[in-house]
Amino acid sequence: MLEKALTGTRTYWIWIFFLLAIMGAGAAAWFWQLNVGLTITGLSRDVVWGFYIAQFTFLVGVAASAVMVVLPYYLHNYKAFGKMTILGEFLAIAAVIMCMSFIFVDMGRPDRIFNVFLYPTPHSMMFWDTVALGGYLVLNILISRVTLSSERRGEPPPSWIKPVILLSIPWAVSIHTVTAFLYSGLAARPFWMTAILAPRFLASAFAAGPALLILLAFVVRRLTKFDPGKEAINKLAEIVTYAMIINVFFVLMEVFTALYSNIPEHIHHFEFLFTGIEGNTTMAPWMWLSVILAIVALVILINPTTRRAESTLIIGCIAVFGSLWIDKGLGMVIAGFVPSPLGKVVSYTPTIPELTISLAIYAMGLLIVTGLYKIALEVRGQIKA
Amino acid sequence: MDGSRRKFLKLAGLTALGAAGASSIKATASSGAAADHDAPSTDGVRLAMVIDLRKFAKNDALVERCIEACHRTHNVPDFGDDEKNAIKWIWADDFETAFHSQEFHFIREDLKGKPTLLLCNHCDNPPCTRVCPTQATWRRESDGIVMMDWHRCIGCRYCVVACPYGSRSFNYMDPRRILDDPTIDYPTRMRGVVEKCTFCEERLARGLQPACVEVCTNDEIVFGDINDPHSKVREILTERMAIRRKPGLGTRPEVYYIIDDPRTLQEVAPAAVVEVTEEGGHA
Repeated sequence: MLEKALTGTRTYWIWIFFLLAIMGAGAAAWFWQLNVGLTITGLSRDVVWGFYIAQFTFLVGVAASAVMVVLPYYLHNYKAFGKMTILGEFLAIAAVIMCMSFIFVDMGRPDRIFNVFLYPTPHSMMFWDTVALGGYLVLNILISRVTLSSERRGEPPPSWIKPVILLSIPWAVSIHTVTAFLYSGLAARPFWMTAILAPRFLASAFAAGPALLILLAFVVRRLTKFDPGKEAINKLAEIVTYAMIINVFFVLMEVFTALYSNIPEHIHHFEFLFTGIEGNTTMAPWMWLSVILAIVALVILINPTTRRAESTLIIGCIAVFGSLWIDKGLGMVIAGFVPSPLGKVVSYTPTIPELTISLAIYAMGLLIVTGLYKIALEVRGQIKA
Repeated sequence: MDGSRRKFLKLAGLTALGAAGASSIKATASSGAAADHDAPSTDGVRLAMVIDLRKFAKNDALVERCIEACHRTHNVPDFGDDEKNAIKWIWADDFETAFHSQEFHFIREDLKGKPTLLLCNHCDNPPCTRVCPTQATWRRESDGIVMMDWHRCIGCRYCVVACPYGSRSFNYMDPRRILDDPTIDYPTRMRGVVEKCTFCEERLARGLQPACVEVCTNDEIVFGDINDPHSKVREILTERMAIRRKPGLGTRPEVYYIIDDPRTLQEVAPAAVVEVTEEGGHA
């Protein structure tokens, strides 16, 4: 079926080469990083994880969110999601591959990646995250391939795939739970050491992921004969709404616990995020933008009229995605390091090569999504001539 | 003196045995169980270090000499003021920063802001070894040293994130480019791996004291087996008041800092003693 991604209109190829160009720039920056070291990033002795790991964390959420279309469709037989599930699964595949790439470019010795498998270490959460992500990728490739092949032949999917699909549901939850455990089990980092981190990760994932899926569905509908259906979009929008409300609730619970308990080591991280400490206000404008976007999103999404109207729903989805990307793809990881365990406030700003490499990985994700969506729509005969 | 020398050689022999057995790397899961954070160290040889801050307070130059000795011995590159790429096995921070989570507003002037030596605590319950996905860092059972394998480390920096003491450094750039005159009997590292203090396990194996201890002439730093009731470290800790960094985290650091003054009240403030004598009648 892959050959279906290799034919297309002029616009299709312009888009593909545009993405390839960005990937080329990123590859060049990565080769430079390979030769010189991670010193070309903004990372330092005190802030050892930054933009790469934050993108990884955010994208694990996007990958996990496929479960929000898979679960209603396969577990509750919710037919309206029939056309959307494959888009969700393909988005998950692209997101997991992006996650793995972000980990890979963050490694000091990528040449030793196989040490993770040569010396499997169950007491390391990173080992389990590798297992969870790898397994999730295999599950989604298998499920989407088998169901789409059956659809092409006009047959129902084979019965053996059903248990595999059911397995992918808790597996999706597990990938983001284990990713939260990477952070929340560390006594050295009070900002992350909160039991609500995993639930909060899931809530934000189930808001940002489906919001992105809605936006992608609108883009695809504009370019092809594909129509996700009004009911599917409305239902997804409801899911985004509930998940976003729960996420904001969780965040406020964290703020209460930190501020009311009045433990300096907990408060300082929130101060760094929202007001800045010792004159370092690098994150504050971003975090307030995230707050404003969250408010805008909730106002649009909670009101049924604006949630159902496409023009406002699009703004709502962009606001959800933007707000959560700032919160998780910038603030969450960086604030864990500032102040440091010794109380030092060290600035971190991603560098141009670091951002170029990151952008290239996103371009690769978009390339994968484009190719896979093209295949799905070709199979269904929904590509415009 | 002779006796303690022999004892030290015995201990060094044990350490060498431990090094030989290090190829069979053991997981540290056993120490990850819910342990009493104040409990004494586990059985067997437990190497520990006692740093006497009172003595250091009187000898300002010694801190730099310790750092210099360690970093020269272990080919640790000097990046100058470049904190971003800095590699530190042992370094000095002021006293209040070293004991960041504790408060010392009203301490004696001779400790205030004093450079305090910081290094890997060789925790009995180390969080860094627990998180390593490749067992490239582990706690050696035979003597408690937290070891590093620079040839296995994948450079994920999870151990740096997990260490509550900032004791680990990552080679953001090639350290060999900075080293002008490397010590030939110790390996240099490559770009992209994590490194830290190893309590000079390579020197212990040759019957030597750690490099930072060796430059001390007046027991400013004392090193030995804390599980041996007759060891010097143990004797000092029984006599003096020592603190450890962030004890509440349950990591059980094996580096102790002496903060009390061994002098009697009469020596410190004879006037105060006289007053008590006049009012209470005690000598």
